[in-house]
Amino acid sequence: MQFGLSEEQIMLRDNINRFLDDNSSLDRVRAFADGGDDADIWAGLSELGVPALLVPEEQGGIGLTPLDAAIVAECLGAHIAPTPFLGTAVMAPTALAASDGDHDALLADIAAGTHRVGIAFGEAVKRRNDAHVEVRGEHMFGTSLFAFDADADSYLVADQNKHLYLIAASDPGLQRTHLTTVDKTRRTVELTYDSVTAQCISRDVKVFEAVLDIGRVAIAADTLGAAQNMLDQAVQYAKQREQFNRPIGSFQAVKHMCAEMAAQLEPCRSMVWFAGHALAELPEEARVTACHTKAHLAEVAQFIAKTSTEVHGGMGFTDLVGLHYWFKRCGANRQWLGAPEFIRQEAAVLQGLVTD
Amino acid sequence: MDLSFGPEYETFRSEVLSFLANNADKAPKGNDLRGDAAKGWQKLLIENGYTCRTIPKEFGGYGAEPDIIKSRIIAEEFSRARVNAGLGGQGISMLVPTLLEMGTQEQKEQFIRPTIMGEMLWCQGYSEPGAGSDLAALSTAAVLDGDEWVINGQKIWTSTAQIADWIFCLVRSEPDAPKHKGISFLLFDMKTPGIEVRPLVDMTGHANFNETFFTDVRVPKHQIVGERGQGWQVANAILGHERETLAPANTAQTRVNALVDLMKNETADGARLVDNPVYRDRLMKLQGKVMAMRFNELRVLSARLNPGQDPGLARMISKLEGTELRHDIEGLAIDVMGEIGLAYEDNPHLRGSGSWQREYMYFLGLIIGGGTSQIQKNIISERGLGMPREPKFEKAS
Repeated sequence: MQFGLSEEQIMLRDNINRFLDDNSSLDRVRAFADGGDDADIWAGLSELGVPALLVPEEQGGIGLTPLDAAIVAECLGAHIAPTPFLGTAVMAPTALAASDGDHDALLADIAAGTHRVGIAFGEAVKRRNDAHVEVRGEHMFGTSLFAFDADADSYLVADQNKHLYLIAASDPGLQRTHLTTVDKTRRTVELTYDSVTAQCISRDVKVFEAVLDIGRVAIAADTLGAAQNMLDQAVQYAKQREQFNRPIGSFQAVKHMCAEMAAQLEPCRSMVWFAGHALAELPEEARVTACHTKAHLAEVAQFIAKTSTEVHGGMGFTDLVGLHYWFKRCGANRQWLGAPEFIRQEAAVLQGLVTD
Repeated sequence: MDLSFGPEYETFRSEVLSFLANNADKAPKGNDLRGDAAKGWQKLLIENGYTCRTIPKEFGGYGAEPDIIKSRIIAEEFSRARVNAGLGGQGISMLVPTLLEMGTQEQKEQFIRPTIMGEMLWCQGYSEPGAGSDLAALSTAAVLDGDEWVINGQKIWTSTAQIADWIFCLVRSEPDAPKHKGISFLLFDMKTPGIEVRPLVDMTGHANFNETFFTDVRVPKHQIVGERGQGWQVANAILGHERETLAPANTAQTRVNALVDLMKNETADGARLVDNPVYRDRLMKLQGKVMAMRFNELRVLSARLNPGQDPGLARMISKLEGTELRHDIEGLAIDVMGEIGLAYEDNPHLRGSGSWQREYMYFLGLIIGGGTSQIQKNIISERGLGMPREPKFEKAS
């Protein structure tokens, strides 16, 4: 019995972290936030095999597990790295590998890092005002909001029937408009479809669910990394900053805030590991676990984002320290692919406590 | 990641299951610490290695090599079958491990066998009115007079003192030494003249604890564990372990499952409480937290089995998070029942034998006892996160 990361997984984590330390510093993220692109970061991660992680070996990938993807997601969250990881490396390969169609060429391109797939799942997860997706025959009409990312070559779109479609970013009927959000570490777009050619990937609800679940676990892992980083920064700051001739970290008012953050966050690590493991190995537990993991991480991260900022005092509120990038990343993760209240409702339905 | 215990352990599990199937009817019911049924059951469990498993045979135990997985399987299956898992109490859970680690051969021979067989019941004399979170400030005095210690002072929170045969007690034997170095760990008979036990009724309405007073209590000099002044180390040899086991996640899971059943059965205006989205969301939040704590414990277990694995802060946070979580679970059950949730003692509308209110209060006690939540936060921040210690104030002289 061994509940934890293997030596290979620790090595994977260390490699990705080392790369991101050098290539996704806060200054580099600021450059992206100011309008730059993420091409060099993604190219570097592609060399390390990140987009190939979940692509099966037969299609030119590495064929690793959802837990490995969660490990990488945690590193990306810790470094608030701007990358198309969630759609391109996690959700699209899962959808394409489960699809009946032949997607070998596309999967090979994804694995090589030369093709980015964005995701537009709002319609199937929770449709909001101003959005509506409709597929008639082989053509898509309507609008998706907050599709991620902005520079994708194609998009995986889910409609209300939980069918999955692939559309090309170059389709003449597609309009793509940048949507500003508070989270400047990743860019989202509005997609308007005017008879866009829609290639059906799956009509099987189970495929949609598998793609959604792994996406949620990856977001939870990203949140884990971001929240841990905020806690680490707060502890570091509290040890250095002096007031009343003492480091503020020696005041119980401050150290207890840090202890509360640590106490809530530490179990989240085990939860993300288990959720990643369950996706591949424990199908009966996987869905409920994915729901609870995404929702619980969202709540813990909300507390940590606020509290770690408070530990920094006025500096935490400034752009100078840059803590707000992590704050906003946690905030975006909370809403993406289902807000915690809706996800907990899903968890209750999955257990048969209520009907939908 | 490998969550299986392997075929050897599945064989062991089926042995435990068949033992339970054949013998569960002999198990005592309720919380009897002293009856013949409890002692007979204890003897049977020891003979089969289902309790006192790693205590050496020469002291009356089963004498097995430590095996965390087997211990866990035993605990899991007894709990699942809701069968009494043998005698507990502070003698067995705290004094016996302490003696095994720090006691003399004579002490081990004299005390361990009767303790684990239920012949000798112990209470713990640690906390004092003036020494709670700051336990090392304890002031109960022990002065050597010839071949005897003479003890004067007062202990508090001494559970089972009213029925205990013996006490293991921290006393100040070296008043001039620094506070952590002036404490000794003594063992003595509760029938010794000069001991008075007064029950301490707590918020549950029951006397779960006592106050214990010592007036010129004379104790033979050799009834000390460790050396003079070493009592703090003796007590701390096993104190950390106690904290981890106060609020295990498996029990929290059992309570959440019971809460789900409660919410399916209780209604308000004819509608099941589980169908109310507000209460249901609170339930789901707690279910998610319990899930996180279960996996946190799995990580602690794994780190014990695989010495290279880093448990991070997983062990250190379990008392704080576990006790607060249980208080919240019991509290939600009370909330969903509304006025019925207030029922207590002989109320005919009681649900779950009144366990929800009882545990709700009891876990507030555990949030405070065994190192308060605030002390836990000091430990987590100072030892876990490496934050600076609170500046110390020396006693004004």
